[in-house]
Amino acid sequence: MTRRRPLRHVTFALGVAITALLLLTAALSFVYTPQDPLAMSITGRLQGPSTTHPFGTDQYGRDVLSRVMTGAVTSIAVGIIAVGIGAAVGLLIGIASGYVGGWLDEGFMRLIDAVQGFPAILSALLFAAVFAPGVAISMVAIGIAFVPAFARLTRAGFLELREREFVVAARALGAPDRRLIARHILPNTLPPLIIQATTSFPVAILAEAALAYLGLGTQPPYPSWGLMLKEAQNFLSLNPSFAVFPGGAIALTVLGLNLLGDGLRDLLDPKTA
Amino acid sequence: MVATLFFVSVLVFVVIRVLPGDPALVIMGTEGSPEAVARLREAMGLNRPIVVQYVDWLWRALRGDLGVSIQYDVPVGRLILSRLPLTLPLTLMAALLMILTALPLGLYAATRHRRAGDYAAMVVSQLGIAVPGFWAGLLLILLFSVRLGWVQSGGFEGWSNGLWPGVRSLLLPAVALGLFQAAVLVRATRSSVLDVLREDYVRTARAKGVGEARVIAKHTFRNALIPVVTVAGIQLGQLMAGSIVLESVFALPGLGRLALGAISARDLPVVQGVTLFVASCIVLINFAVDLAYGFLDPRIRYD
Repeated sequence: MTRRRPLRHVTFALGVAITALLLLTAALSFVYTPQDPLAMSITGRLQGPSTTHPFGTDQYGRDVLSRVMTGAVTSIAVGIIAVGIGAAVGLLIGIASGYVGGWLDEGFMRLIDAVQGFPAILSALLFAAVFAPGVAISMVAIGIAFVPAFARLTRAGFLELREREFVVAARALGAPDRRLIARHILPNTLPPLIIQATTSFPVAILAEAALAYLGLGTQPPYPSWGLMLKEAQNFLSLNPSFAVFPGGAIALTVLGLNLLGDGLRDLLDPKTA
Repeated sequence: MVATLFFVSVLVFVVIRVLPGDPALVIMGTEGSPEAVARLREAMGLNRPIVVQYVDWLWRALRGDLGVSIQYDVPVGRLILSRLPLTLPLTLMAALLMILTALPLGLYAATRHRRAGDYAAMVVSQLGIAVPGFWAGLLLILLFSVRLGWVQSGGFEGWSNGLWPGVRSLLLPAVALGLFQAAVLVRATRSSVLDVLREDYVRTARAKGVGEARVIAKHTFRNALIPVVTVAGIQLGQLMAGSIVLESVFALPGLGRLALGAISARDLPVVQGVTLFVASCIVLINFAVDLAYGFLDPRIRYD
């Protein structure tokens, strides 16, 4: 069999290219944006694309390109932290469920079924009712929505591995539970969890945009793609390009990350290719 | 399932009543005098032990009593019922659009595996998965309302003037809502059909000389449907949650707008009632999917 060369895999290469573009844009926005993303201009409001403002300006005359660039940082940050929360909590529940088993497992699984009834939007509604809406709420709400998938995958891995010979042997040699979990079982359950994290990331970015759009996530004046679309909606007939570019940025980012995830899975798992 | 619903109620109760410390303070905000906050606390029964409060709340909720809205001074249950004629049809229309486009497209892609038609279907579904529903909604408004002037940019005409005006005002929102999930379902259908096409019994059927159309319709599609039903069922819950966002885009007075309005008005009973209702619906849908799974696949039996 010929070895697959990753970059000749079109999906993967395209995904890498778009994701690299996203990361570069976010990194660049720390040191350079064409204009100050927060600088307003009364005279330059709601302009269409031009050479000074390639993406046009918003209702306060702020440069949309600069705001889209800075918005990339928000999306990436929320994505990473939300997936981190989901993975960490899911992993702990999955380990407890799969390793200990019994009534604890039963209880946790019913809890996970219940958590599945709370998509990110629903948890965000709940949290926003009692705390001030903000980016922290969206991170936690999105993270909670990821917990069931991570918990189920970890649990399944532990159930499968805990009776395998190498684990039984290690236990017979007197290895304590902590060592069995950390050194023998957990490393072997990681590959599906890594794929899950990769595929969760674009979902988190979409959810962040939706929550910011509803006013439950990132708050003004900080740029977030979803928030920009909420603002753009009021000026659809005056300046359509204001609604096109932030949405395009979300779609391109999610497309790139999805392609990257698909490509990665194809390359890592020959069965599905 | 009862245990799961119990956990749902505990989660909602903990977030609304326990996490903020003092719900009366949340409702009153910083403007409320200490005496007014104390009166509200007394009226809401917040001075009782937390477990007593929970049992009382759950017992009332089980009988359909979700409390009274602070903003509107009407029972929360009645408010929820009044918004359902929008949210439910919107969710179901989106689900219908999703199934009617995704199943044929997924089946088509699988039967043209690794040919132009397959690649085209995959590109379309990749794009569909990348476009956020609310942005699709904005673009649809931009095209059909701002540019072409064919439809209003939002609002709901209700069902009193007959079926069509209501359906018409929900059409664009349903398309925007269903797009993402349809794209997901196309991929699920395609991979499920491809799996079945590789099965021995399909090869046997072909070897016996069964026509391709019959192989696809009788031997492949029905078997491929089992995992597809699971995905579609889970998506139904997602659509219901997603309708919250689309209602905002199209200014539709549904459950989502009720909850969002309640947040700015600090109307905790309404937020509590709506989230409990939607989460319970999603859990019940997931449970129904599990049952349907056993129904479609006779090998699966629940004891």
